[in-house]
Amino acid sequence: MTWEQLVFGGVFVIALGSSLAMLFMRNAVHVALYLVAAQIALALAFLLQGAFFIAAVQIIVYAGAIMVLFLFVIMLLGIDKREALIEPLPGQRTLAIGLGAVLAAEIVYVAWRGIDLAASPGAGSTALDQINRDPGNVQALARLLFSRYLLPFEATSILLIVAVVGVMVLARRLGSASRAAEHADENRKAA
Amino acid sequence: MNSVGPGYYLVLATLMFTVGVVGALVRRNAIVIFMFIELMLNAVNLAFVTFARMHGEIVGQVLVFFVLVVAAAEVVVGLAIILVIFRHRASANVDEMNLLKW
Repeated sequence: MTWEQLVFGGVFVIALGSSLAMLFMRNAVHVALYLVAAQIALALAFLLQGAFFIAAVQIIVYAGAIMVLFLFVIMLLGIDKREALIEPLPGQRTLAIGLGAVLAAEIVYVAWRGIDLAASPGAGSTALDQINRDPGNVQALARLLFSRYLLPFEATSILLIVAVVGVMVLARRLGSASRAAEHADENRKAA
Repeated sequence: MNSVGPGYYLVLATLMFTVGVVGALVRRNAIVIFMFIELMLNAVNLAFVTFARMHGEIVGQVLVFFVLVVAAAEVVVGLAIILVIFRHRASANVDEMNLLKW
């Protein structure tokens, strides 16, 4: 047993275990913390597969920024209390779990048929190692990003601007609503 | 360095994706559903990285980069929407969001 198999075993158990634990935690904060654990385990899986830059970004952006945002909103809304177990649609939960099991069986069957599990990483893996060694992981990514994928890259910048403006509009509407309420108050006082 | 075959990583990714689907269907809290969507995106990222290794191409990692950017934008907008709904209805329970029902 090599060290990589050991590390992968740990990653598998932690990632799958904490995503299963997410299902059973009734407190939203606990769900968020298990999601962080799963994401850090996935960052390790990325490292194991030679995606060094993506692993760092996974920790900085996902486990860092995005999850802090989630926890911030959970705390802001104060909905860290337990979730009710009542079902307005009868049988919806059992149906969802059944469908999930079918989906899992389906995907795993397809993966099993399509990919030889015992196959060694082979030529592709050595090619990737070569890329990681010669131009370097970050350099190779940057070259692709700013040449072949320049247009999608620019599109994401537009997407980010649209997201920022959209969030500001959503927040501003609240502001103008409270301002309208203030106006109504003043009018009532004047009248 | 690479002694674990890519198939195992793909199985891990598919299982995590399925847990995400079940969670998004089963849970009631809008923020928790959102977190399960993030879990699905993460699982797909793992599949992309694995495919990048299988084919010896770094393109899969570029795609993960784009998924990350889109996920960040999506989280910001989605949480703002949840915030606005919560301010209006004082609840993040998706069962109580029935404004379109007459």
